[in-house]
Order: sequence, then C-alpha cells, then structure tokens
Amino acid sequence: MPAREVLDASDMRRAIRRMAHEIIEKSRGVDDLVLLGIPTRGVWLAQRIAHDITEIEGHAVPSGALDVTLYRDDLRLRQVRALEPTNIPTGGIDGRTVVLVDDVLYSGRTIRSALDALNDIGRPAAVRLAVMVDRGHRELPIRPDFVGKNLPTATDEAVRVRFVESDGDDAVLIESDAEHAR
Amino acid sequence: MLGKHLLSAADLTRDQALLILDTTSELAAVTDRSVKKLPTLRGRTVVNLFFEDSTRTRLSFELAAKRLSADVITFSAKGSSVSKGESLKDTALTLEAMGADAVIIRHGASGAPERLATAGWIDGAVLNAGDGTHEHPTQALLDAYTLRRHTRDGQGDLSGVRVVIVGDVLHSRVARSNVLLLQTLGADVTLVAPPTLLPVGVENWPCKVSYHLDDVLPDADAVMMLRVQAERMAGAYFPSTLEYSRMYGLDARRMALMSPDAIVMHPGPMNRGLEISADVADADRAVVVEQVANGVNVRMACLYLLLGGASSEGDGSQ
Repeated sequence: MPAREVLDASDMRRAIRRMAHEIIEKSRGVDDLVLLGIPTRGVWLAQRIAHDITEIEGHAVPSGALDVTLYRDDLRLRQVRALEPTNIPTGGIDGRTVVLVDDVLYSGRTIRSALDALNDIGRPAAVRLAVMVDRGHRELPIRPDFVGKNLPTATDEAVRVRFVESDGDDAVLIESDAEHAR
Repeated sequence: MLGKHLLSAADLTRDQALLILDTTSELAAVTDRSVKKLPTLRGRTVVNLFFEDSTRTRLSFELAAKRLSADVITFSAKGSSVSKGESLKDTALTLEAMGADAVIIRHGASGAPERLATAGWIDGAVLNAGDGTHEHPTQALLDAYTLRRHTRDGQGDLSGVRVVIVGDVLHSRVARSNVLLLQTLGADVTLVAPPTLLPVGVENWPCKVSYHLDDVLPDADAVMMLRVQAERMAGAYFPSTLEYSRMYGLDARRMALMSPDAIVMHPGPMNRGLEISADVADADRAVVVEQVANGVNVRMACLYLLLGGASSEGDGSQ
C-alpha cells in the first residue's frame, strides 16, 4: 500500500503551535475555553493544543474527550463498535467556548454527531472546530475554524494522522488504497 | 463482538464479557448527567415478554431500552392458560409480525429463550431475562460489574476475587449464571448451601462447595446472598425457616466475621429476616441498591451491543 508523508513530526508541531495561537487570538483570552477531542486521535491533538496554549498563555486550559459513537448516523450500516471514554473536564461546558478537536475532517458527519452529543451534555456559549487535516468532500454544511493542513484528496485515498501516543510517531500520511478509504 | 442473542452466561467469552463491562462503564457516565437519553436505538422496537412476575428486571430492561430511544412494548403473559409451547410460538409469531428487533423474555420454563431464539419464529435478537431454574445472564453481568467496581477499581477482569454465593443454589438461575460468568472472568467462587439446596452434579461446576458459612466468610471479598424461593419449593428442603436462617442467614454476627472491605450482595427481592437480617441489608457494605442502578447500565450495554450495529449477517466492512 503506497503511503506518502505529507507532514513530518516537526511540521505537525509547528501546525499545532499555530492553531494554538489562532485559538487564543480568536477567543480573546482563554478563561472560558474547553478543548474536547474526539477519540482516539482527536484526544491526543486536543492535549497537544491545550499544552501549547498553556505554555503560551501561562494559564492551564482544560482538555477532555467526547465519544460520539452513540450519536452516529451510520450505526446501522456497520458492525457495532466499542465505546471510547468520554471525559468532560470538571466545570462542564455550560457557558464556555468549546473547541471540538479531531484528526481528520472529511464528510462532517462525525462533527454533526459531536454537536448532538454536546447538546445533551450542556449549553456552550460557542462551539468551534479544530482539525489536523481538512481533506474536503463534505456531505454536510460544516466547516472548521482552525486547520493544521488543508489537503485536497481523492475519495479513494485515505488520510492517516499518526501520534506518538497511539502510533509510535507523529506524521500525516496519504494512502492511495481504496480499501482503506474512510 | 457479541453473538446475535444473549441466552446464557456460558456463551460469553472473557473478551465478550469484558466488552460488556467496559461498555457499561461508559454508559454509566450518561446515567449521571441531567439528559439521560441517547438516540442510539431510535426506530428499533424492543419487546419485554414476561411470562413470570418481575419488578426490577422488567423495569430495568424497560428503562434501559427507553434511555437508548428504542420503542418498548411490555407483554405480561401471566395467567395465560394456553399450554406453554403453543403459547410461546403464537406469541412469537405475533411479535415477529409487529416487527420486533429484540425480544427480552422471562419464562418459568428453563430453555424457553433458547427455543425462541432457535425455532425460526422470529428474526430479532433474544435476551434471556431469566428462564426457570436455568440462567439469568444480565443479573450475572450486573453482579460482575458491581464486583469489579468494588474490588478492581472498575478495570479488567476479576482474577483472584473471592466470591461466596450462599443459599438456594438449587432453584437459583442467578447462582448458575454467576458461577459461569465469574469463572470466565477469573474469580474464585464458593457455593454455600444445605445439601438439599444444591443441584445434582454441582461437583462438576467450576467452583468450590461448602456447607459451613462461618468457615468461608473471613476469606471472602464479596458475599452474595440468594433469595429463598418459596414459590419454587414444592417439597421440604429444610426443617424450618428459623433453622435455615440460623445456619445460612447473614446476620450481624456473621457480618463481623467478614473482612472490613468485603461487600454484601443480593439480587433482590430480599426476604429480610430469612436469608439476610435487616441490619445487614441496611449496612453500608450492602450494595443491593447499587446493584439495581448498575443493572440499568448493564442492560443498556447489552441492548447497544446486540442492536446498535448492522444485523450480524450484514456487511461489517469499514
């Protein structure tokens, strides 16, 4: 399966740093910010961004996890999936600015599920979206606010974002293998 | 993942049992928040088919299905004079015609859920909510979940956890399912009962057997008291309730023999003063009410894992 590296570890580090700066700038302060990563890799990305924001601002930003499996619209099209942990930071999301974080933005359906899930947990003042890679091909009217890398792709390609935490290294790859397209 | 039905605790592998317990942990978080509803089983129909009395199991399954947004119908067939085989088949065909995606069945005849699942009457999933003196797998799962929370911090299996199950093992589907599941999860189970309340062949079960409660209490991590099932006792199994209570009931004196961290469990409904004294039932270490709460979450997990994906013959490609 031919794979092409699009970002290496230092590219990713710089992109994450830039997103952290953009989130701070757009939020005009970080007091009410909560980062929620969508498992699995969105959680690692949320932690990296939170770490960078904390370094830049000297102010700890809570980061957690939001599993959207139970809200997906394609449950009946696939075998049942195991649930991933949901971890909402203490203080909740009511009245705060929630930044949803995922590794790859594609159809937008995961994010729609995440918005439904958030709705059952509380009422944020605003919800933003940060992704490592926007690969296009949206099926719903959803757009990201913060993007690590815009990556035009074909539907028979797959984008893999790798994190040290789960994959041993940091990298963004494109695999041109229809069987792995997601 | 799981098979199509949930009929027996014996059918669950260690990995499947752990998947159910881990899914329960995640769903428990939903139960703690103000909006307890999930859209997961929207448009699915779940039928509660209860041929025997039940309060907590029926309510628990009903609530679990509703929390997942399934449509729930409850069918209580108590008092039906139709012979069992015919009645079950006709009822099953009716439910199939109504498009049931899952049937949760409690029946006085051991093996009724198996028959319902394999006779070809219905296409949906069958969940055993207690059949005769045979099995009650979701009770065993909620007990395992409760045990894991108290002895293993809610993680992994139950290897090395010492569980004592006391009382009417002969008539207890709870005991049977628990012995099977707890053994799969690595726990060390001891049954304690008078010889008349032990089933034939218990020596082949994957557990130890004792007739003396006082001897086994000090080493237990958990003591599970079984209900004395007067309604299933046609003959005389023990001389008097007072004697039973004295030999096999859990009272304050016996509770003092237990290790300070050990918990007391009971599947309910309790016969206070018979198998468990009131002060023990109300003690801090008695987790009976928590078992009920965990039961809803365990049943949500089972319903999600059985109904939440494509039907098993559908394609599972990612």
